Parts: sequence; C-alpha cells; structure tokens
Amino acid sequence: MRRRLVFALAVLASAPVAQLAGQSPRAAATSTQTIPRAPDGHPDLQGMWTNVTITRLERPAELKGKAVVSEAEAAAYAKEYLKTTDKDRRDGGRRADVERAYNAFFWDSGTELAVVNGQRRTSLIVDPPDGQVPALTAEAQKRIPGPRPAWGSAVTGPDDPENAPPFGLYENPEERPLAERCLLAFGSSSGPPMLPIAYNNHYQIVQTPGYVMILVEMVHDARIIPTDGRPHGNTRRWLGDSVGRWEGDTLVVDTINFKPQVSFRGSSEHLHVIERFTRTGANTILYTFTIDDPTTWTRQWSAEIPLRATGERLFEYACHEANYGLEGVLRGARAQDKDKETSEQPKAKQK
Amino acid sequence: MRTAIRVAAAITVAAGLTLAAARAGQPSARAQSPSPAYAAPRAPDGHPDLNGIWQAVNTANWDIQDHPARRGPVIALGAAFSIPAGAGVVEGNVIPYQPWASEKKKKNADSWLTLDPEVKCYLPGVPRATYMPHPFQIVQTRNTILMAYEFASASRIVRMTKTENAPIDFWMGWSRGRWDGETLVVDVTGFNDQTWFDRAGNFHSEALHVVERYTRTGPDQLWYEATIEDPKVFTRPWKMSMPLYRRAEKNAQLFEYKCVEFVEELLYGHLRKEDSK
Repeated sequence: MRRRLVFALAVLASAPVAQLAGQSPRAAATSTQTIPRAPDGHPDLQGMWTNVTITRLERPAELKGKAVVSEAEAAAYAKEYLKTTDKDRRDGGRRADVERAYNAFFWDSGTELAVVNGQRRTSLIVDPPDGQVPALTAEAQKRIPGPRPAWGSAVTGPDDPENAPPFGLYENPEERPLAERCLLAFGSSSGPPMLPIAYNNHYQIVQTPGYVMILVEMVHDARIIPTDGRPHGNTRRWLGDSVGRWEGDTLVVDTINFKPQVSFRGSSEHLHVIERFTRTGANTILYTFTIDDPTTWTRQWSAEIPLRATGERLFEYACHEANYGLEGVLRGARAQDKDKETSEQPKAKQK
Repeated sequence: MRTAIRVAAAITVAAGLTLAAARAGQPSARAQSPSPAYAAPRAPDGHPDLNGIWQAVNTANWDIQDHPARRGPVIALGAAFSIPAGAGVVEGNVIPYQPWASEKKKKNADSWLTLDPEVKCYLPGVPRATYMPHPFQIVQTRNTILMAYEFASASRIVRMTKTENAPIDFWMGWSRGRWDGETLVVDVTGFNDQTWFDRAGNFHSEALHVVERYTRTGPDQLWYEATIEDPKVFTRPWKMSMPLYRRAEKNAQLFEYKCVEFVEELLYGHLRKEDSK
C-alpha cells in the first residue's frame, strides 16, 4: 500500500479562499509566479501525475452542506473512511469477505481528501454547490434503467459508471461492462473526464508544440490531443474526439463524438466534456471538467481534481491479453444454464 | 497531392533499389542505408525532430523475409484479402534460427491463424508494431519520447534519461533511448515470449533484446533499423531495416483500432448463450 502524505501546497496555502462554484482555475494560477514552461512558452504540464484521493465525486450524505472541512475534520474523516473501507477486515461474515477478496494490497485509492486552493474538499463536484450530480432529464430517466446491483460497488466503487446496468447480464461478451472487456478503464479513469479510481491512478503527460499526450495507465490508452487549432473530426471514438487549445496558461480540451457504447454515468451520445489543465505549482496541476449533456442532465455540472506529481512508474496494463476474468464469467454463466436445465429435466419426467 | 506523389516516388525508388540490390546479390538492406547528407529539422533541444505520424509501406507484417503472393486463408474474401508478394526486410534474407527454433517457426506458420497473437488483438511487441499496416505517432521531448501505435492502442515510453533495467516484463518491452549523432537509438529489453515478428510465424523468446535506430533521411522519411538478439532462439544477432513514411495528408491523425471488440466472437463465441445477440 503506497501512502502519500505530502501535499505540495505551500504556495497555494497563502492564496485567498475563493468561492467554490464557478471559480476560474486561472484565478488560482495567477498566485503562482514560477510555473515550469515548455520551450514554446506554454506552461509545461509534463511529468508523471496522480489524481488519487478519497474525496468522492459526490459529497457523502454525512457531510451535507459542508463543502470544505478543517484540517482536524479532514483527518478524522480520513481515519474513519480508511477504517470502513479496509479490505483486510474480516469481521463482516462470508459475504463481506467475498467482497473484500481483492484485499488491501491491490488497492491504491488514496488516504487524504482532495485539497484545492488550500481547501479540503468533501466532493470533487463544485457545481452545483451541493456537490451532487444534477437531476436527470425526463428523457434520461426513461432511457436509463433502475438502480444497479449493490455488490458491484465492492469491486470498483460506487462512483463507477461501469456498475450501471447491464452489470449483471451474462449471456455474451457484448453485455459485459466495457472495463471487463478491456475496452476502456473502469470508473472513467481514462475519461474524459478522468476520475480517480481504486488503483492505477497514474497519468504521464508528454507535450510538444502541436500535441499534448496523456498516457493513462488503464488501459494503456494514449490520449493524443492536437493543440494545432484543427477542428473536431467526424469519427466517433471510445475516448471521444478531443481537441485542445491554450487559453492563457490553461490548456482547454474539448471532447465530443463518443461511441454510443460509451456512457459516463448515463450520458448519451451527445456528451460534451470540457477539461481544463492549469499548472498551479511545481508539483500540482488543477484539473477541472464540465459535463454538458442536456439530453441527460437538467443542467451542466463541474468538478475540480488536483493532480499531484508522483515518483511512481507507470506500468503496462495489458488487460485483454490474459482476460480469464471475462472467460470465467461467461463460462460460469453457461455452467449455471446447464445446471438449471438438468435440474428441470427430472421434474418433467415425473409428470 | 504533391506529398502523395513524393511518397509514391520514394516508394518506387526504394523498391527499385531493393530489386537492383537483390539482382546484384547484395544484402538488400545495406543498399538503402540512410543518406548522411540530409540535415533534419531540429527539436527545441537540438536533436533531430522525429515528431509525426509514420507508417511502413511494405509487406513485412506478412513475412519479414522474401515471399511470393499467395491465396489468403478465407476463401470468401478472395482477391480482397489475399497475401501480396514482397521483398524481405531482413539483412541477407536469412534468420539464423537454432535448429529446434527453425522447426518451431515452420509449425507456427502452419498454424498461423490459431497461434499468431495479432489475430487475437494482443499487444504486438517490438519491432512488429513498427511495420504493421497501421500508423504510429512519435511524440518527442527531451526526456521522454512516446510511441503510440494505432493497432490495439498499444504504446510505449522511451526513457531518455533513466538507466533503470526492466522492472518486470512487458508485451511492448522496456525502452531506453539515447542519441547517437543524428540517430535515435532505442534499447528494448524486458519482453515476454508471446509476441511474433510477422504473420509467417517468426518468433523469439523472453530473452529478446532489440536495438532500434531511427534516422531522419528526408522531410517525410525515417530510416528504421532493428538489430535482433536472442541467444535462446538464434545463433547470432541479425538485423532488419526499412524506410518509414510520414502520413503527410492534411489532418493526419492516429485513429482508434481497439480490436478487442473484433475478436470477442473468435475468443469467447463458444461461451455465448445460444441465440443471444
């Protein structure tokens, strides 16, 4: 278990506490004078970064109305959070043990609340101010099936859109979640938007005058974002069609044209994601995103996630090459079909 | 249009040279060695600028050795997906297999469709990723060079400043780079034994060591060499080389070829519930 306790925020600690909602990342950047710059003069975003944090996308119910907590409150929250989510606990009976079978050794899901502008945040969502994903439109409510099975949350976390239906369907590979098929990372790790997940929260950024490339550890996806002013293309992609531009010292990445199979928390093919990367210090980037999909949500919504420099290495997440998980799931389902068949046969004969 | 003509001309010239060399009984690869006369544009750090989207225009992914045209494996696809002839990219056209390995190569070729990792959409390894019929993109900076391949969304990072040995094994290997004058030299180790060199069954073990050399030889051309060393499979090191061409069309870009979804029926179809779609 890798514990990272150091938040390099000395520079930001003196920054004035700003309103959460609608705050411009550029305002934060102006308080830092000495950000590294690339040869072309733009801020240098390069390096190895992590977005790991225990701050969830949505504010937990027990912190309702409390967007920011004090240092002492944050420490208490983290202590309790790490205790309740400890996968090495064996005090919950057999079912809980099965859910915790991916034990703590494999997890790297953070130990601290996210800190932005010196504030310890209780949700990544900053707009709406209640820290919750806004209400679905009537159209989306009809489109999106009911609540997901609860146990999926044990594997990947409740923020994981992969836990939405069709989780629980086993007839063929196409019904299985995209992450289980090794097509995309779970939990929107590759995004966009790029969210922290249970482990492998590493991103390597390489930047040239015409491109910014973000290598996402899961599933070895390279997001190659042109910054040469070209318009969006017409081809739908798993990672969407991204184009970037510099607005002052902020890289703005605009993404549309996701493949219809890609759904971020129920989004439709009209999903439009605007990401902003602002280098806020020697060891930090402020990453913000806005979700714009009027066919799914009643309003736009935005989140802020700190990226912190890390000395970790990024390994090759070769997923499909030994995907015995998917094979096992389907094989198990077919074995169950067969069992059901044979258990029904004797009854038929008795009649 | 002009670019297309230029690339076409380059291909013609290269092909012509290969044929001429073959006729003269010389190792074909040597005849095409990079011209030292070309002065490559510079990256901000002063090294040659290799940034761009590149692609091999040859049939090496079918067979890295000389090969005639032959019918493809799927009768229904006829002429559309049969196998083109091509000049090999291996220096001297000989791959120095140990006797057991030579046998294994033949068996691999006989069972190409069931054994070739490309068919299953597995990460292609190095050097094969370079000359698959898909483009790849070089994103070059001083400390880090990314090579992203369209096939299977494969990628690798070339570490220019780190000397650490491969910490584990990788499908795409562990790449460390350095500049040798005008040439980017990439030393690749840390492979597994699962990848092939081509669709003809040429293979290696986990002891594979590849030294690649990338040299700008023109505005839209790179010269690529790979020296292959694997004492478990070959009797001596051997070398392949080829030109790579810039995808110079307007709006050239790397698309996604996430082939996983194209092979699910092949790999898991037998586990599909009957009649389920």
